[in-house]
Amino acid sequence: MTDLARIRNFAIVAHIDHGKSTLADRLIERCGALDPREMTSQVLDSMDIERERGITIKAQTVRLVYEARDGETYVLNLVDTPGHVDFSYEVSRSLRACEGAILLVDATQGVEAQTLANAYQAIDADLEILPVLNKIDLPAADPERVRRQIEDIIGLDAEDALLISAKTGEGVDALLEAIVRRLPPPRGEAEAPLRALVVDSWYDPYVGVVTLVRVKDGTLRRGQRIRFMGTGAVYTVDRVGVFTPKPREVTDLGPGEIGFLTAGIKEIAHARVGDTVTDDRRPAPEPLPGFQPSHPVVFCGIFPVDTKDYDQLRESLAKLRLNDASFVYEPETSAALGLGFRCGFLGLLHLEIVQERLEREFGLDLVITAPSVVYRVHLTDGTVRELHNPADYPDPTRIVKIEEPYIRATILVPERYLGAVLELCEQRRGEQVELTWVGSRAMVVYLLPLNEVVYDFYDRLKSVSRGYASFDYQMEGYRESDLVKLRILVNGEPVESLSMIVHRRMAEQRGRAMCEKLKELIPRQLFEVRIQAAIGSRIVASERVRALRKDVTAKCYGGDVTRKRKLLERQKEGKKRMRQVGKVEIPQEAFLAALKVG
Amino acid sequence: MTTTAPATAAAACEAAALEGGFALYVHWPFCLHRCPYCDFNSHVRPRLPQEDFRRALLAELDRAGAETAGRTLDAVYFGGGTPSLMEPATVAAVLARTARWWRLPAEAEITLEANPTSAEAARFRDFRAAGVGRLSLGVQALDEAGLRLLGRRHTAAEALAALERAAAIFPRWSCDLITARPGQTEAGWRRELLRVAPLLGDHLSVYELTIEPGTPFHRLHREGRLVLPDEERRLRLAAVTAEVLGGLGFAPYEVSNWARPGGASRHNLVYWRSGDWVGLGPGAHGRLTLGGRRIATVRIRRPEAWLRAVAVRGSGEESREALTPREILLEGLLMGLRLAEGVSLARLERLAGLPVAAVVDTAALEGLVAAGDLVREGERLRATARGRARLDAVLAALLR
Ligand SMILES: Nc1nc2c(ncn2[C@@H]2O[C@H](COP(=O)(O)OP(=O)(O)O)[C@@H](O)[C@H]2O)c(=O)[nH]1
Ligand SMILES: C[S@@+](CC[C@H](N)C(=O)[O-])C[C@H]1O[C@@H](n2cnc3c(N)ncnc32)[C@H](O)[C@@H]1O
Ligand code: SF4
Ligand SMILES: [Mg+2]
Repeated sequence: MTDLARIRNFAIVAHIDHGKSTLADRLIERCGALDPREMTSQVLDSMDIERERGITIKAQTVRLVYEARDGETYVLNLVDTPGHVDFSYEVSRSLRACEGAILLVDATQGVEAQTLANAYQAIDADLEILPVLNKIDLPAADPERVRRQIEDIIGLDAEDALLISAKTGEGVDALLEAIVRRLPPPRGEAEAPLRALVVDSWYDPYVGVVTLVRVKDGTLRRGQRIRFMGTGAVYTVDRVGVFTPKPREVTDLGPGEIGFLTAGIKEIAHARVGDTVTDDRRPAPEPLPGFQPSHPVVFCGIFPVDTKDYDQLRESLAKLRLNDASFVYEPETSAALGLGFRCGFLGLLHLEIVQERLEREFGLDLVITAPSVVYRVHLTDGTVRELHNPADYPDPTRIVKIEEPYIRATILVPERYLGAVLELCEQRRGEQVELTWVGSRAMVVYLLPLNEVVYDFYDRLKSVSRGYASFDYQMEGYRESDLVKLRILVNGEPVESLSMIVHRRMAEQRGRAMCEKLKELIPRQLFEVRIQAAIGSRIVASERVRALRKDVTAKCYGGDVTRKRKLLERQKEGKKRMRQVGKVEIPQEAFLAALKVG
Repeated sequence: MTTTAPATAAAACEAAALEGGFALYVHWPFCLHRCPYCDFNSHVRPRLPQEDFRRALLAELDRAGAETAGRTLDAVYFGGGTPSLMEPATVAAVLARTARWWRLPAEAEITLEANPTSAEAARFRDFRAAGVGRLSLGVQALDEAGLRLLGRRHTAAEALAALERAAAIFPRWSCDLITARPGQTEAGWRRELLRVAPLLGDHLSVYELTIEPGTPFHRLHREGRLVLPDEERRLRLAAVTAEVLGGLGFAPYEVSNWARPGGASRHNLVYWRSGDWVGLGPGAHGRLTLGGRRIATVRIRRPEAWLRAVAVRGSGEESREALTPREILLEGLLMGLRLAEGVSLARLERLAGLPVAAVVDTAALEGLVAAGDLVREGERLRATARGRARLDAVLAALLR
């Protein structure tokens, strides 16, 4: 157990690419937690996908031992936070394990949208904030300007902001000193009944569920009978430990400490994030305040390309969920795509990451249907129904009104690209709330329908601003909208998995884009194929794929029979990957690509 | 039940095969140069091992003859490559050796493929003397631009001269043309057909240019430097073919083959009717129905390796596999529906020992009949002209 006064728990919050991972590496190195041989860059980003995309998805923590200039030895717990807006919920819960935060800002870039969002989260969590300006080794660094931005936009005193280069290590010693001197130690009572907050938990194939906790009061030890106060689940602790960043066992964890426990827990649902762990024999009277559970905001269907893979998909989803409680799924049946699942995600990136893991780790070929948000449909019978799937769109005569989720988007953009960004937001049915200036950049706040953001808003924003705009958002409740269901018909047959809910104003344009795309993707068949987009019975767009009239008439002699037969057999195999809509065969790729049009 | 029942089934199966005919194919795997579109098993060698080949072909023939002894040959075909590079004596020796195993009636069709260069045309008489009664000449195109594009080493005038010579020497002759070439116009194609018209025999093959993997054309095509005519253009070119050839008394008896009455290729009919054929020489394929099983044989492709194998073990056979009943039906349909006469389903069922319904999607069949692609006439099924024009797609829909 460590003396409270010698513990500092802190997180680094930053906009993406401002150097958080690099700084974490430097801190780990300075405190000698890993010997140099073990130092690969960005040691905290453990999963493959993270390393490739350079983003941190799962919060991690590392315990550092630092000998300060006052001669004392301190335990510094660095809690890593994800850097993407889809995972802002994970940021907030990581912050709950800390007393302080380093607000890291790239001195060449200045304050960006995620700097703001994360700084506000840290302020809301009552943390002591240490502004730090990074990348001062670069000639383009302008610490004075960035200091002013922090004061003007975020309202933090940046007078004593530290100047560092996470790359060269310059200023990192001073930063470690500042962590010890300027961030507060945790508070807690060693003698009180155990209360530890579950910060994260994940499934490890060897030891079962690993639970990351922050002890507030009391002591957590090996052999202790613990109870999860929310679920009531009781277990005996096998192991307690800390990450250095390699897992290392310790005998106990006291107040203010952060570490992990394992207790032979098979189901992640028993160690829910935000729950409080207490001593079963001497329970605390009250749990710690929990977290707001994360709500999936984007839904889509996931189907196996090969229907034979359905069972494997189900098992893979179950395994993934062991590690990622924030995504949800339930079985779904589609006429065109067969058996699959309706899945909910925190955002589009989250969706992509899950898809990629399914394909990579489990070797599955998948069809993903158009992402959809959750609509609220008020029906004539007075009930309100949540709509996750355009296929469930009720009979329009029963609908009183439909509401859709909105977000509050904050965008920082250089003046040069402001016009294009405003235009994009207007196109996406945005409503301007605020436009202020941060030096030569504009900060615009828009209310936007989430539906308009889930398709390709990020990509468009990046392209119209040449990558200079930064973006963050938070959910902003529901609003009534003039929404309709756009159906796609192939030779008169509706294709449910291609239908979508869109604003009436956008319906025609979306329908046209979809029909054009499908025309390119549906191979010619023995008969003409008509592709139509419709709202109710009104056709708003249509295209046709002309009938195939002539193959190439080649020779076919004795030496060609086997080859021709094998070709036919392969074609038949390929047919299994086709989806049948009426008589029309549509390749899976057509679904995938068409959905990208949105 | 005694052993007679399976024996009867086996006999029925063999009889069904032989109703499709019995033929011998001999492959000559050498050319003077490789045409950039061609993926036939053909090789260029500075010196042709004529002697070795004669010996090896005869050795293989004896092997194959022993297992099919007593049958009657409907046709013999020397294909390539460029068999007109063979020594006529080899052709004569092979034909003579057939007598050891099979009957070769006087009316049997004996074809040799030839390239229309003057050097080869000079040997036509020797081939005729060796026993060849039908010449198939690779004319390909009748305008200089077309021949250049195809990388051919002869002129249109040379080709016409070769045809004239063939007409004077052989009782029957055919020629191959390649259509749907990049940039080909209807008017140009009509001129080519009219140019060759006076010299046509009783048979003509018209192939649309196909892009074969591994050929120089394949790369050019992929890189967009060789653009094939679109469907619309190909339809118009095919209409010109039909109009001109129809006017000359030719009928399209197969997807790519035209004949005057009685001029159909007896040899190729064996393939399309799922008869039996022995395939000799490098890379040759064969189908043999023996003891109630239909066997697919394939020979080693590389000439040198094939020669070695024949020297060591008397045969260059690389694989020999019994087809499954389903495979027999698939082949029977995909070949038979190429013919204007269609295919006898009853015979196919005897050959395969399995109802055709095992591979045919009956609902799709009805749809294709209703759409006018297929016709049922009693126990025969045939593709209409419309169906034959898009047979690949029709088959893909028909088979399950
Ligand atoms: N020149 C310079 N580059 C840095 C510094 N810190 C980070 N970088 C670079 O900035 C990029 C983003 O850094 P990273 O640590 O992955 O940022 P994160 O997204 O906040 O984790 C990487 O290419 C780093 O090498 C610094 O102090 N100086
Ligand atoms: C074995 S080859 C011809 C024999 C002879 N060597 C010649 O070239 O004249 C048989 C025929 O197939 C046709 N052929 C070969 N490759 C082709 C292709 N890629 N597309 C269309 N027809 C082709 C040609 O018409 C050729 O005459
Ligand atoms: S087309 Fe004829 S000559 Fe040309 S390579 Fe092929 S087989 Fe040889
Ligand atoms: Mg990072």
